[in-house]
Amino acid sequence: MSQVHHLQAPLTRADLEPLQAGDRVLISGPLYTARDAAHKRLVEALSRGEKLPVDLKGQILYYVGPSPAPPGRVIGAAGPTTSYRMDPYTPTLLAQGLRAMIGKGRRGQEVKAAMVEYGAIYLGAYGGAGALLSEVIKGVEIITYEDLGPEALRRLMVEDFPAVVVNDLYGRDLYEEGQKMYARGRQS
Amino acid sequence: MREIETEKITRTVKELFLKASFELGRDVLDAFKRGLAEEESPVGREVFERLLENAELAQKNRVPLCQDCGMAVLFVDIGTGVRIVGGDLTGALEEGVRQAYAEGYLRKSVCHPLARQNTGDNTPAVIHYEVTSGDKLKIAAVPKGGGAENMSRLFMLKPADGWAGVKEKVLLTVNEAGPNPCPPIIVGVALGGGFELAAREAKKTLLRPIASTNPDPEADRLEKELLAAVNDLGIGPLGLGGRFTALDVHLKIMPCHIASMPLAVNIQCHSSRHAEAVL
Repeated sequence: MSQVHHLQAPLTRADLEPLQAGDRVLISGPLYTARDAAHKRLVEALSRGEKLPVDLKGQILYYVGPSPAPPGRVIGAAGPTTSYRMDPYTPTLLAQGLRAMIGKGRRGQEVKAAMVEYGAIYLGAYGGAGALLSEVIKGVEIITYEDLGPEALRRLMVEDFPAVVVNDLYGRDLYEEGQKMYARGRQS
Repeated sequence: MREIETEKITRTVKELFLKASFELGRDVLDAFKRGLAEEESPVGREVFERLLENAELAQKNRVPLCQDCGMAVLFVDIGTGVRIVGGDLTGALEEGVRQAYAEGYLRKSVCHPLARQNTGDNTPAVIHYEVTSGDKLKIAAVPKGGGAENMSRLFMLKPADGWAGVKEKVLLTVNEAGPNPCPPIIVGVALGGGFELAAREAKKTLLRPIASTNPDPEADRLEKELLAAVNDLGIGPLGLGGRFTALDVHLKIMPCHIASMPLAVNIQCHSSRHAEAVL
């Protein structure tokens, strides 16, 4: 059975060393949200030689576009979006010191190689459990790109946000290993 | 002629999208419970537990099941004995979508394909009309998420490809999708018809309850064969490995041109959000 680790963001490489693909984590501290449009703007800012609106060193990016907060709640549903759409921008952000990403679904080879190179990991959150994940988000603040609505760059303060290690520091991939373990017969 | 007020149609569409966004269907809940009991993978069982918890919280707190509240897809069957009064039908349907997404604090996820400028009210909706006999208006609302829709595929196969070719393409589609569309998925498959009909019917088969019997005995047998093959892929709940890659496969078979064999595969996420009403 895999282990459960408590992580306090921001993270150092040493914090990630004990983590193996398949381990559960409970994260507390700040998560920064960004989807397709925010990623595009971050990478464009870097290509113009500008500083990023957030120092990503040691930080965790969460791929989420939350639904609006109903009255009396800090945020609406807030589960992960599919990560491969962020792949074209990810190596550039990893080079800025980004330490972990939370999303759902497979990453490309280039992203996996960049994670090993820069010492970062990829975590899978419970896809389609937006109401459940909304419960562990205790605070929300828009940092920039407010015009993007659900895609604005936000800082979420979370307590014991649950996730699974998909890609660890050592190049392992839980999606590949998990499927291999349960596949039967002829594979297409 | 039976008259139906547009105001009633708008109210119904609003209620359907709210219901689909906050409440899992009975068939989905039953499928999750079966998954929890039967899934071999420990992490897979944990996923089913979390999804059942999510359903409870969504209904209790009126927080959407998923932050992706989808594009608003509507299947509308209108009887020839129905007359719409008080405005136009499409306008009434779209107003229902607008009200649901505003009043329910649902995420508006519709934008221009290139400029990516959000339309702000989750319209336009995707509306499929069919004319039926009788004096009823049947409305099915499907908030369809982008993650699952992106993994859907259309193939114009050769007649020589046969059933083996169909099966191969369905498995290819599910395998390439892997963890991305939030498995365990529902796979909507339409074989035959033409390019656009196959795509539409593949999505429409998602309305059938999970684990229901297909009214076409040939399709019933073949969809069971597909389900077993899909679940042998080992993708499992949320792609973390396991027995439950799909909760069901729904197959529709239609006549097609002698030169063609269109195949559409529409992927739906585990929560299979949809709601129906008959006016």
